[in-house]
Amino acid sequence: MTIRPEDLRYCKSHEWAYAPADSGGIATIGISAFAVAELNDLVFMALPLLGQTISAGDEFGEVESVKAVSPMYSPVSGEIVDVNTELVDRLESLNSDPYDQGWIIRIKMSDPTELTKLLDYSAYQKLLSQNG
Amino acid sequence: MAPFAGYEMPIQYKGIVAEHTATRTALGLFDISHMGRLRFDGPRADQLLDHLLTRRVLDMQPGQVRYSLVCNEEGGILDDVLVSCLESPSSKIYFLLVVNASNKDKIVSWLQPHLADFPDVEFHDVTAATAMIAVQGPKAVEACQKLLPASSLQLGYYKAKVTEQMSKPCIVSRTGYTGEDGFELIVRAEDAPRVWENILLSGRDAGAQPVGLGARDTLRLEAGMPLYGHELSEQIDPYTAGLSFACSLKDRQFIGSSFLANRAKESLPVKRVGLSIEGRRAAREESKCFDHDQREIGVVTSGTFSPTLGRPISMAYIHSDLARTGSQIEVDIRGSRAAATIVDLPFYKRP
Repeated sequence: MTIRPEDLRYCKSHEWAYAPADSGGIATIGISAFAVAELNDLVFMALPLLGQTISAGDEFGEVESVKAVSPMYSPVSGEIVDVNTELVDRLESLNSDPYDQGWIIRIKMSDPTELTKLLDYSAYQKLLSQNG
Repeated sequence: MAPFAGYEMPIQYKGIVAEHTATRTALGLFDISHMGRLRFDGPRADQLLDHLLTRRVLDMQPGQVRYSLVCNEEGGILDDVLVSCLESPSSKIYFLLVVNASNKDKIVSWLQPHLADFPDVEFHDVTAATAMIAVQGPKAVEACQKLLPASSLQLGYYKAKVTEQMSKPCIVSRTGYTGEDGFELIVRAEDAPRVWENILLSGRDAGAQPVGLGARDTLRLEAGMPLYGHELSEQIDPYTAGLSFACSLKDRQFIGSSFLANRAKESLPVKRVGLSIEGRRAAREESKCFDHDQREIGVVTSGTFSPTLGRPISMAYIHSDLARTGSQIEVDIRGSRAAATIVDLPFYKRP
């Protein structure tokens, strides 16, 4: 699987969700390249437990840099069915690849229509250019 | 960029760790023009300042710099400052007070009634007319070699001098807020961009790096230096803050001296300590500290992940009878507990 930033849906809080038609209702979740660059010097990531049920907008973990701690919010609702525990030991890899190998959790969505409420790539780019 | 005390300040240029490491291994350049610069002229300027500062000023000789505190009558810290006694090229002696940006207006107001008692002292807030640049790191002096006269390069620690940089007036001070050797320069505001560029250029081969507020904080934290609004406030007195060295009580009276004279004899309820934290998560400001019986024993005032040590560090106020070096405690980091050890400050001392 190759996840390209153009194919993702984004939260205003810089998390992304990837759920192509053949994903069986499972969304892959991560944080954007912009978020990684803004945080800079990542030192820690707190991940959720498998099997946990969360709602869209809930905090599912936190990422800490030398600068600050930032909560990560779930773009969708559902059950956490996979957690990228390997990522914790190679946080610096997020700098080069925040999408493909940099995924953080997978969620079995309870309401896939929530994806449509997220920003598409061009809307997210627009948000970044407004903030920048 | 982030707003700070009325200035737009860079949190980081290249990244906090890169800037921090450059300062520890080569040199970092800091635009600290936001710091307040207050000038006092006149034969009784030393008496005025001696009345306001916890540190003796009357015996200061031209070229000396002292770290001091400004306290209220109750010993609460209004600010921590550097006071310099300087000699102008025309052989005039004057004093310069460098205060925290966030406290400048408060200090200027605090001065007013005392200035009225010393009508012959001329006071000028020269913050806007001047700029301040810190050059810090093991290669700081080397990088300034071509830019400053030899007499400035040979200044001792906590010594300062009015000199010139490329024929323009410049105050050079062998001081800093990083735990490294280096200078703090005060120049005319219009000369600042040129001086900044000159230092960056002459330090380029040595690895000069502009440093933002983010690394300024991690550097001072490793060096165990308190920051106003975190370790210091009007609710904290100098003895509690571990700054007894900045109080000269013998044979003098100043604002807060009678309170501080008593404080010096008392046992203190809390003590400022360093914490070395297990794991990777930093215990930041307001994290609570507990002993093994789950009694709350203190609170963190600053914390970060130390780039030099590669682990989280914090400063905290801990109940004095429990604030023993080597003691194991627990810190609450956003709902989960981390093991921590009380350690001596500073965390980092330059080799």
